[in-house]
Amino acid sequence: MALQKDGNLNPHNRLMTGAEIFVRSLIEEGVDIVFGYPGGAVIGIYDALHDISDIKHILTRHEQGAVHAAEGYSKASGKPGVALVTSGPGATNTVTGIADAYMDSIPIVVFTGQVALKLIGNDAFQEADIVGITRPITKHNYLVRDVNELAATIKEAFYVATTGRPGPVLVDLPKDVMASKAHFDYPKKVVMRSYNPHVQGHTKQIVKAAELINKAKRPVLYVGGGTILSNASEELKALARKARIPVTTTLHGLGSYPENDELAMGMLGMHGTWYSNTAVHYCDLLIAVGARFDDRVTGNVDAFAAEAKKIHIDIDPSAISKNVKVDVPIVGDVKHVLRDLLPLVQTLDTKDWLQTIKQWKEEHPLRYRNGKHIRMQYVIQRIGEITNGNAVIVSDVGQHQMWAAQFFKYIYPRTHITSGGLGTMGFSLPAAMGASFARKDIPVVSLSGDGGIQMNIQEFATCVEYKIPIKIFILNNGYLGMVRQWQELFWRRRYSQVKMSSPDFVKLAEAYGCPGFRAVQKDEVNDVLAKAFAVNDGPVVVEFKVVKEDNVYPMIPAGMTWKELMDVPDEELKSVKGETPEIEEIMVLAKG
Amino acid sequence: MSELTAMTTANGQDRKHTISILVENKFGAFNRIAGLFAAKGYNIDSLTVGPTEDDEISRMTIVTRGDDSVIEQIMKQLNKVINTVKVTDLTYESFVERDLALIKVQTKTDTRSEIMQIAEIFRAKIIDISPRTVTVEAIGSEQKVDAIIKMLKPFGIKELARTGRVALKREFQGEVN
Repeated sequence: MALQKDGNLNPHNRLMTGAEIFVRSLIEEGVDIVFGYPGGAVIGIYDALHDISDIKHILTRHEQGAVHAAEGYSKASGKPGVALVTSGPGATNTVTGIADAYMDSIPIVVFTGQVALKLIGNDAFQEADIVGITRPITKHNYLVRDVNELAATIKEAFYVATTGRPGPVLVDLPKDVMASKAHFDYPKKVVMRSYNPHVQGHTKQIVKAAELINKAKRPVLYVGGGTILSNASEELKALARKARIPVTTTLHGLGSYPENDELAMGMLGMHGTWYSNTAVHYCDLLIAVGARFDDRVTGNVDAFAAEAKKIHIDIDPSAISKNVKVDVPIVGDVKHVLRDLLPLVQTLDTKDWLQTIKQWKEEHPLRYRNGKHIRMQYVIQRIGEITNGNAVIVSDVGQHQMWAAQFFKYIYPRTHITSGGLGTMGFSLPAAMGASFARKDIPVVSLSGDGGIQMNIQEFATCVEYKIPIKIFILNNGYLGMVRQWQELFWRRRYSQVKMSSPDFVKLAEAYGCPGFRAVQKDEVNDVLAKAFAVNDGPVVVEFKVVKEDNVYPMIPAGMTWKELMDVPDEELKSVKGETPEIEEIMVLAKG
Repeated sequence: MSELTAMTTANGQDRKHTISILVENKFGAFNRIAGLFAAKGYNIDSLTVGPTEDDEISRMTIVTRGDDSVIEQIMKQLNKVINTVKVTDLTYESFVERDLALIKVQTKTDTRSEIMQIAEIFRAKIIDISPRTVTVEAIGSEQKVDAIIKMLKPFGIKELARTGRVALKREFQGEVN
């Protein structure tokens, strides 16, 4: 039954319960999918949802999964993601997902049930002060205390989540408010005297930026997730190509600029490419576009592009001059600012600069030595070759995340999804579920380590129940690999609590009711990938038994500078531990 | 005085700032601002809040300290809070400020008149009296209130309640001779 099409249920003719108003408000917002989990405090809302065909509800197996799924949906689609959970533990289980969305500026709206107003503060059953708990990790949050304010609050919640610097918004819904009645009148627009985000950049600042760009000899575009959030890839391409400026991206900027383009340099930062970090070190102008000078990018901030003039385009004034002093700050939406900047920028003579970078790419490509055993880099590179960039890669956190950033060539925006800011293990599987509902046209690949997959493994059941056609690839090295790498490099190889056992993932897949494959030797990789990509009617699990001890390079250790940039050590390229050299080959990948 | 201090202190040094914030009277709004100072590790010397001429808006006056970059971040973060309508750092402008203190001082018969004299010099009022105490109400700039407290301390201060600074921008910003 589609409520809005039914004349008898015309909202202006009768009083509606808060629960009905909630459902109708979501329809008005164009929400067609909600990830959630019912419970006592939201039972009325779930009753109102029951007959609604306009909204698909996905029952996850844990509330954290629901929030990550909403994030994944939003990252893949550009639309706000929606999660609905009950009070108390339902609400507290959303905390990690909300913090994750906050760190990565992802627009999601989380609706939590709450005990009845008169019970708030009484330590009632399943009561938690979720508005208090999530205050520092939401862009904004609300407790709805009057059913007459419900529709306007929902409208405002979506507006705040999706405008300015996007972020998560939580709306707490007391049970009695949702049961009381009011007339439904969804506001057409939002008027907030206290919130008016700037979209247009200041003209004077844009002119100043253009002057700096036109004078630059060795410019670099340093592009972050803000470019993807503002859907500004076309504007970025136009600017880079017109002015002939090489482009490096952050983890969240991957996909904003095609990595098969000659100006592309791949990712920068702690595990960025050798040449992008080197280019940033030697550049005379750094143009930060929707990026926030995060410590994983800059290392020691004082030495980061120390000689370069800096332009910083960001929609959030508080991101500017937070970590690094810049010469020309521009507060505004990346898309608008780049569009205004383009006509003022000349075609620069960067031939020598680009030639130098090209040489660096040849001398220091991303590389690893391939042996009999499977290396994660190889699996990821193969996925890239098979899909030709036409896939959504949803990585988890750790070594495979960095290799997924390095060894897959991202060509399109919103094809790389990961938990960057918070670094939430267990993110990939539920986020890939969410992404899958946004992208039915290309494969969605969930990449996890053996550690991360076990943090939200319950969502196997959700994937099977809804036949969510994602590829669940588990890169199993029997370790918490990134922690082990740090212990190896910086803690005298004292491997404290990083060795980890796992269930038989193939049997587990079967137990959940989906196909499972395993690759143990390198020559099995292509076969299982072919099998996995042939499954299109539901999830498929593939376990890759990969080399146990392997390190991510290049690397700039935390807080260090370009001087400490380590490329792949020579001994790593000589042989893979315990293998005979004759069957080995050096695999190379250069971005651009 | 305060604007002079602000102008003459070099960069990189901590300095006292008086920040005036107009904030919507919405659920959780004050918490959001106080919580921001806690979460980001900013200092609060004093914080006052009260109604304004507009029913929907309250004014918070926060006295904080930090170097220029910290204060810049504080201003930006305060502006970022959805419920804030306007944030002003009064430190760089001429402003009027008041602080109110209620000071309960121990008295003996031979000290009472001296305490009352001190109160008079500061144009403070005696608002309560008992055989062993007097309570003085002192209003003025922070320094003035500091000074009277210092003067009364030797007699023994039993209890002290202070509002912290409230401030408004001075309308007449020109030189006064």
